Amino acid sequence: MNYNWDWGILFRDPYAGWILEGLWWTIVISLLAWVIAFTLGSILGVFRTTSSPILRAIGTCYVELFRNIPILVQLFLWYFVFPEILPDDWGRWVKRDMPAPAMTTAIVALGLYTASRVCEQVRSGIEAVGVGQRQAGRAIGMTEPQVYRHILLPNAYRIIIPPLTSEFLTIFKQSSLALTIGVVELTAMTRQIEEYTFQGFEAFTAATIVYSLVTFTVMFLMRFVDKRTALPGTFASGGA
Amino acid sequence: MDLDFSVIPANSELLVEGMKMTFLLTALAIVGGMILGTFLALLRIAKVPVLAQIAAAYVNFFRSLPLILVIFWLFFLVPLIMGRPVGAFSSVLVAFILFEAAYYSEIIRAGINSVSTGQLAAARAIGMTYWQSMTNVVLPQAFRAMTPILLTQAIILFQDTSLVYVVGLRDFLVSAEIVANRDQRLVEMFLFVAVVYFVLCFTASLGVKQLQRKFAND
Amino acid sequence: MKRIIVKLAAVAFAIASVSGVAIADAGDSPTLKRIAERGVVNIGHRETSIPFSYIGPENEPIGYSIDLCMKIVDAIKAELGMDDIEVKYTPVTGQTRIPLIANGTIDMECGSTTNNLTRQKQVEYLPTTFITGTKIASKKGSGITQIEDMNGKAIGLSSGTTNEKAIKAVIEEKGLDVKVVPVKDHSQGWLALETDRIDAYGSDDVLLFGLISKSKDPSQFQVTGRYLSFDPYALMVQRNDSTFERLGRVVMAGLMRSGEMKEIYAKWFEPGPTGINMPLSATLGTAFEVQALPD
Repeated sequence: MNYNWDWGILFRDPYAGWILEGLWWTIVISLLAWVIAFTLGSILGVFRTTSSPILRAIGTCYVELFRNIPILVQLFLWYFVFPEILPDDWGRWVKRDMPAPAMTTAIVALGLYTASRVCEQVRSGIEAVGVGQRQAGRAIGMTEPQVYRHILLPNAYRIIIPPLTSEFLTIFKQSSLALTIGVVELTAMTRQIEEYTFQGFEAFTAATIVYSLVTFTVMFLMRFVDKRTALPGTFASGGA
Repeated sequence: MDLDFSVIPANSELLVEGMKMTFLLTALAIVGGMILGTFLALLRIAKVPVLAQIAAAYVNFFRSLPLILVIFWLFFLVPLIMGRPVGAFSSVLVAFILFEAAYYSEIIRAGINSVSTGQLAAARAIGMTYWQSMTNVVLPQAFRAMTPILLTQAIILFQDTSLVYVVGLRDFLVSAEIVANRDQRLVEMFLFVAVVYFVLCFTASLGVKQLQRKFAND
Repeated sequence: MKRIIVKLAAVAFAIASVSGVAIADAGDSPTLKRIAERGVVNIGHRETSIPFSYIGPENEPIGYSIDLCMKIVDAIKAELGMDDIEVKYTPVTGQTRIPLIANGTIDMECGSTTNNLTRQKQVEYLPTTFITGTKIASKKGSGITQIEDMNGKAIGLSSGTTNEKAIKAVIEEKGLDVKVVPVKDHSQGWLALETDRIDAYGSDDVLLFGLISKSKDPSQFQVTGRYLSFDPYALMVQRNDSTFERLGRVVMAGLMRSGEMKEIYAKWFEPGPTGINMPLSATLGTAFEVQALPD
């Protein structure tokens, strides 16, 4: 292989700082997008399991729409198309005046997309809790919102911690898509280091290690959380 | 704002070429990813010493990385490793195969695990070797059970191929972007791309659901 | 597992490239050798470097640099004694062009690339074909004439270009409060300017004129300011392949000597298919004369 490795580049100023800065933005994007995805996804998941046909239809339409268009295309729609179909003043605000336009757009796009996936996890969690619990709640005089608040959701979340963890990690990885609209997150930083130093593979290696480390750390922590919060009497609790 | 969708028929040839590229990449990545994925899954199921651990590490490693990063890696690395020029398409295809294999491997492993161990024991009892029973008895059943999930993964992969955008390979999205830039019809082209992807993926997912229902009734 | 990967790569490789049979004599040039082996020459092109290298009405790359590269392709055919060499185009951006030349994915880059000494550590250049420098484009009536007018405003810069480095350096040196919006390519940068996402787009002045000439309403835009960098363009080839590089130099010197260079220039710039209308400057004319080495 005809390539001159220079690992020192990763520890040299300013490139080490660039990698950390890129990681910081990757984490910011992932966490904020996750807030949107989790909140909206939970609401939609509830919609899809309620007794109201209208709410169920809204939930289904949302999921089908957002799940069947590639996330990159969705990102472009939000970034390039959405501001142009708004009234001029609003479009200008989206493009210029709102804080960090490109990054905010990326956060919203990722959040809305992942909400459709979280919705499906929440729905399957609620379904896994079972009809019996729902009926029992209603039988003791709880309203439907109360049943969700006190019985279905708390149990469902405890069941779906593993799939939700993997959805969060998906956001974390997909935040790299933000580079296509000019957000300089971790992957974009490695490209920038290559431009300045022509040592692309070292920078890629650094990013690879950082992504893996964060992923494995999150997985390790969540496995611990999952054990602590497992519902008694299920396989996850280990006492089947 | 004035919308003019006539740019779409006017550039249909380029767009169809792009879609062909998207389909070709998807198809080859599915085939390659499944072959490599099955191999990795078998190594882990059969608990081949050392190789099983390597396969597990491979799967976990690739599942921890963004696809974009893997594409960048292979796009620049494959030609260096091969020591000769490799087309952009080939480099990207290798990236997709390596990446998707990790995901396919997990699906296939779950599928194999869902087949009752009695099947393996029965096959061994009539004199088949371990690998014969795996390939002739267990795998066919596993693939059948896994068909809906494998197809769903194929739809995801189809969507993921749009990421070749980052290296400029002329797939459907990039072709549409070329038209959008050249004819200054960005809004129309991106809306069109979204609609096409939606119709294709939605229809396919309906088909998968139908299949699932059929399997459940069998 | 490794063997499988290699096999898959080989299969992919075979599918992706229908290769020719090696018959010709490529001498000691790795570039010529692989062109001869596969019967294919890989050309890297830009998508919106107007009028050097951009996607034309037929969806194929066209432009001044592409025409020059075609002359080199003719010379390659003659050198190898092969009539049917296929030309394969690979799109490149400011960020990908240098690694793709370095790793051999493309044999020549025919775009709008500045020849500078830092890049010569990675790639080799043929003679200078154009001379330009960094300026900024903005909308008329925006009140922007210099980079110094941009305090509190946003400028778009294409990643991986000399313009990016030059303008960032000025901003830093003068302590200006200018927001830099990185864009993937000229098309994205120009779109950002047209849709008011940014107040100015910084690039080589000739490319800015090219982008204006292709825009919906060219009268809306202006290119202003002093030159913020010196950018002589040249075609790029791989390093450490002096045989192939010489072949390119022979072609270019020949074009400059015979005056054909000026004809190709006129075809694209005077006024050119997009109406850019930039007559040959005295400096570039002199550069052609100086580089017209005798046989």
